[in-house]
Amino acid sequence: MGAEPNSHLDADLRGLDALDTPLVDAAGRAQRLWSAVWPKLLAVAIVLAGWQAVVWSGWRPYVIKPPATVISELGSIMTTARFYEAVSITMQRAALGFLLATVVGSAIGMAVSQSELLRRAIGSIITGLQSMPSIAWFPFAIMMFGLTETAILSVIVLGAAPAIANGLISGVDHIPPILLRVGNVLGARGVAAWRHVVLPAALPAFVSGLKQGWAFAWRSLMAGELLVMIASRPSIGVRLHTAREQADASGLMAMMIVVLLIGILVDSLVFGSAERRIRRNRGLLGGGAKAAIR
Amino acid sequence: MTAPGVRSATATRPLVIENVSKTYHDGRSSVPALDRMNLKVSDREFVCLVGASGCGKTTLLNLIAGIYHLDHGAIDTADRRIGVVFQEPALFPWLTVARNIDLAMRLRGIPPETRARRLDELLRLVHLEGFGGHRPHELSGGMQQRAALARALAQEADLLLMDEPFGSLDAMTRDRLHDELERIWLATDLTILFVTHNVREAVRLGDRVVVLSSRPGRVAAEFAVDIERPRRIDSAPVARLAAEITDRLRQEVRRHGR
Repeated sequence: MGAEPNSHLDADLRGLDALDTPLVDAAGRAQRLWSAVWPKLLAVAIVLAGWQAVVWSGWRPYVIKPPATVISELGSIMTTARFYEAVSITMQRAALGFLLATVVGSAIGMAVSQSELLRRAIGSIITGLQSMPSIAWFPFAIMMFGLTETAILSVIVLGAAPAIANGLISGVDHIPPILLRVGNVLGARGVAAWRHVVLPAALPAFVSGLKQGWAFAWRSLMAGELLVMIASRPSIGVRLHTAREQADASGLMAMMIVVLLIGILVDSLVFGSAERRIRRNRGLLGGGAKAAIR
Repeated sequence: MTAPGVRSATATRPLVIENVSKTYHDGRSSVPALDRMNLKVSDREFVCLVGASGCGKTTLLNLIAGIYHLDHGAIDTADRRIGVVFQEPALFPWLTVARNIDLAMRLRGIPPETRARRLDELLRLVHLEGFGGHRPHELSGGMQQRAALARALAQEADLLLMDEPFGSLDAMTRDRLHDELERIWLATDLTILFVTHNVREAVRLGDRVVVLSSRPGRVAAEFAVDIERPRRIDSAPVARLAAEITDRLRQEVRRHGR
């Protein structure tokens, strides 16, 4: 073949490629940030306005303190060392419990997704455990381990692991068969197949499972800290309890805001950003589904 | 180390498919997909398989690739290394184009130094230099299919199985990929088994076109393509032979209407 037809081929291909390459419109960073932030600010403003309206209505004034009072209380709490000690103990429990739940949940998820027998045996039990309120485990955990860290951690794992396992199982179940065939043809077997094909393909659902697992872990932990109070271990739960005992309504509400904020921050900074990154890498961002539904 | 797609072994024996049968069982009913199929493909030959639905084209490729197991008969690939290009590009969406191709080499156990060099060669071969860092979804269908071709070649394949690889592309892109595939085939020692339902495409590309019968699939007729390369899909000789093959294919299809 001469040089002539080849260079034509090159030029043709380049032309077709240029025409065919999907266009990606890149909005400015500041613009994207603003469009992410303003709806949240607006929502917060509406909540604060509603709250203030309830205060003005004079309903239960001993409990419902004005937002300004609660926020300034929160500000002064946040300058104390004891607050950070409590938050740090709570977050250590959350991190350790979630880590354990991830290990246990992933192991169970991998096993169940690979074995039809195991799936028939415990598949529905996992889903059942997921819907069981984790607070119901505490009496048992306390009898088992006493008022200890172990009691709290075990309930976090019981609460979060089923969601994580289910996320992985459904991720593996929904892998397009063609990708598994390609993996097979490329010679990915056993561990290599898990590492290079199955796990990355199941990652989006796995991250959703982790996200849900985090929500369960955080709830279990708050329940645990209210039920299992350990001497000389200040925590967010202990502070909630103390505030109620002392009828410190604005302190109580301030701590509740802290619980809410930590939950939201972990969810959006850790899992939300991971999900967004996965979707962007795989070309699933850009409101495709929304446009199709419309 | 050899250039991409060029095999290092010296297998010159033909690929032999002998008396191969495969039946699918689905509860009570069973469907024979292939029945005593015989086919011989010479080294470096480009063979196109055409057939109506249910002729077991895909089954045959899966049997050769070792994805399915044989019921009866034997397939001798003469120790060729097999690469497969599917109808969909099926690139891994979580990897860049370069890493998709690289993974094929990694799984073959090719050392990293060699991989980096071959990756460049492969990207150049399929005209995707500069797109290595792109994600599959950022490429057009034709570009994705070329990346999939590079991935198949990256396995140091010397037998390429292609299952309607250009079926979902527009005509212009498909014509260009025919030129591209022919160029790569001529530049390497590849043996290619190419499944398509497009008879003109088969005549455009193949040294030989094999017509398969349907349900069960077996070889119904063979046509040697004695048209000089490079061919054009819209040239008169290609159209003439394609018409002849299409007539033969219709006869096969009509048998089922009775």
